[in-house]
Amino acid sequence: MPARVVTLQIDGRDVTARDDQMLIEVARESDIRIPKLCYVSGLSSYGGCRMCLVEVEGTSKLLAACTTAVTEGMQVRTVTPRLTEYRRMILEMLFAERNHVCSVCVSNGHCDMQWLAQHLGIDHIRFPYVYPNLPVDASHDRFVLDQNRCILCTRCVRVCQEIEGAHTWDVMGRGAQSLVITDLAQPWGESESCTSCGKCVQVCPTGALSEKGRSVAEMSKRREFLPYLTMMRGETGNE
Amino acid sequence: MLAEELKNIAVHEREAKAAVGACVNVCGAAGCQSLQSDALAKALVEAAAAQGYGPESCVVRKVGCLGLCGAGPLVSVEPAGIIYQRVQPSDAPDIVNALQGPPVKRINLDSKLPFFARQQRIVLENSGRIDPERLEDYIAADGYLALTTVLSEMTPSDVIAEIEKSGLRGRGGAGYPTGLKWGTVAKAIGSPKMVVCNADEGDPGAFMDRAVLESDPHRVLEGMAIAAYAVGASEGYIYVRAEYPLAVARLKTAIRLAERQELLGNGICGTQFNFRIAIRLGAGAFVCGEETALMASIEGKRGTPRPRPPYPAESGLWGHPTLINNVETFANIAPIIRRGGAWFAGIGTERSKGTKVFALAGRITNTGLIEVPMGITLRDIVFEIGGGVPEGRHLKAVQTGGPSGGCIPESFLDTPVDYETLTKLGSIMGSGGMIVMDETSSMVDVARYFMEFCMTESCGKCIPCRAGTAQMYNLLGRFVDRTATRADLAQLEQLCDLVRNTSLCGLGQSAPNPVSSTLRYFRPEYEATFATEGGE
Repeated sequence: MPARVVTLQIDGRDVTARDDQMLIEVARESDIRIPKLCYVSGLSSYGGCRMCLVEVEGTSKLLAACTTAVTEGMQVRTVTPRLTEYRRMILEMLFAERNHVCSVCVSNGHCDMQWLAQHLGIDHIRFPYVYPNLPVDASHDRFVLDQNRCILCTRCVRVCQEIEGAHTWDVMGRGAQSLVITDLAQPWGESESCTSCGKCVQVCPTGALSEKGRSVAEMSKRREFLPYLTMMRGETGNE
Repeated sequence: MLAEELKNIAVHEREAKAAVGACVNVCGAAGCQSLQSDALAKALVEAAAAQGYGPESCVVRKVGCLGLCGAGPLVSVEPAGIIYQRVQPSDAPDIVNALQGPPVKRINLDSKLPFFARQQRIVLENSGRIDPERLEDYIAADGYLALTTVLSEMTPSDVIAEIEKSGLRGRGGAGYPTGLKWGTVAKAIGSPKMVVCNADEGDPGAFMDRAVLESDPHRVLEGMAIAAYAVGASEGYIYVRAEYPLAVARLKTAIRLAERQELLGNGICGTQFNFRIAIRLGAGAFVCGEETALMASIEGKRGTPRPRPPYPAESGLWGHPTLINNVETFANIAPIIRRGGAWFAGIGTERSKGTKVFALAGRITNTGLIEVPMGITLRDIVFEIGGGVPEGRHLKAVQTGGPSGGCIPESFLDTPVDYETLTKLGSIMGSGGMIVMDETSSMVDVARYFMEFCMTESCGKCIPCRAGTAQMYNLLGRFVDRTATRADLAQLEQLCDLVRNTSLCGLGQSAPNPVSSTLRYFRPEYEATFATEGGE
């Protein structure tokens, strides 16, 4: 079925879009930035971080903008006091969940999570820190995985499967015990499927995946390749 | 098998049964089996042989759940209608001896008890009456009659109209109208279509689906086959948890027997209709009872939910339109077809029709499985049928709906049980687990127990559920340790609101229910645990 063009309102602005587009994408085209952590343009939507929840007229439920397709006449609010408070709390819980101390992080200053916290005006964490004891995997020649910085957004899992086609990464465990793993939870350096392309490192929003040899605040990420690769393949990334 | 053959088997079976002098039924469901009902059945066979009973005068059968699990192992004697409780193998000679005379007093259970008399059995009509491993037993109880009727006399839309007329709603907990769901899948574009039976029963204290599968597995298969015909599906899956080995074994037997008689498989009942059922075992994740996680698990993926829409009716298993119903929902289908939607709609309340199976557990005299019409009050369930709270204690609350439900205090016991009223009380109907608590239960402990359950069963996909349940569990720990402050209480309420409104799937969205319902009715209990007076 060919896509149809629909008109809708986001934060009071009239917007047109194709009806197969997700709300987050449409908002971005009109320069309305909805907060996000697990969503990356060019990869399939995951719907896990709940940062992009928005209010839609006519439904009491909050909808994730990355997994909600636009419909005709939709009226969307992306910033309300309620949403901001929810986003803050979720982000604070994320900071408390593992070890996210920016001052000693390779990604300090280049981190999506840090940027979002500043954007939302977070200056302290109301929840007690959990500080689980998690491993660091430095067995790979060029890259390091620090589970303490991981927010389980699965961007690495998706880029490896959908773009590189290797499916080296996956998630094991449940709940707060979940961990990203390479192959069948082998050391990354011993992974047979990893092509060492480094896409996972570049899409990682935090300092969980970094290049070796980078010190504090030196790990900036390059994501330009992603839209290019997706476009060249003629796929939208959304299955 | 053709309708004619089915009838012949039924007639033959009934005649054979009527010819036998007495039938001794031993419960072979998991509860009684764990109390060595196997050895008991053997002892009964030996005792019958020793006292000169042949196969024509006394038959010992293993049947499904007789209901009163707390007094197991249970034995019933037909046609006298006698029920024995807590039967040991040493009681076997006496039971056989009493076949011709009055029942053995010391173990006799009055079958006129309200526990039996107040129930209305539709889903469990054959439970405890037939041998779940014999297809002929089910056929003799009008089994597969509904399927042959549907295939020979009804169009798919007739079937859906009949289910709609019955007013049946999903028994998995949410109560979505079954007929509406079937209609949506029937109208969905795409083929093949799939039918899935959700038998991943995971609520603590709930064992309704297990009992149905162990006691009357063919009923579920028949319901699924009728559903498949109605929506145009040819493939079906039963997703059953591996913790139910007996249910799995009986399902496998049932599928094999039904396939052999062409009641499942290709060319069912001599028609063009094909429907195959495969079993998939759950590996112990509670979240796999959520329909999208369940489908991911069947597909061989990690069992995590995904956002809806698209609903399974449009895009389910491998992207095909999929109908997912719970065990109890499917178990209601055959009787509705046999006796008509109007009959079913005549039972229950205005918006909740039919009956509901509940598993009574906790501080209650009659622990076990019951089936009651919708609209019965909780008081009747707990005090009439359940026999009240033992040891002279007082009832404090009834927990329904498992970790997604809430606690209903004593003062609301007179509310009729249906989907809407339970939701209004801050709980849910859920799949039917009902845990009774007396005054020795601390509601803070209860809330913390369920929060721990949700925390360990969270799949970890979305942050509010993964991190929020962990934070709430820690906070509740402060109340248990009596180190909490009023600020902790405020934060707990904030977290309840957050997790409810921002989680991805039903598990997270309902995880705060045990906390918010106990806060609603038992707030002083929380406040009493403050470290200082007033909790400042």
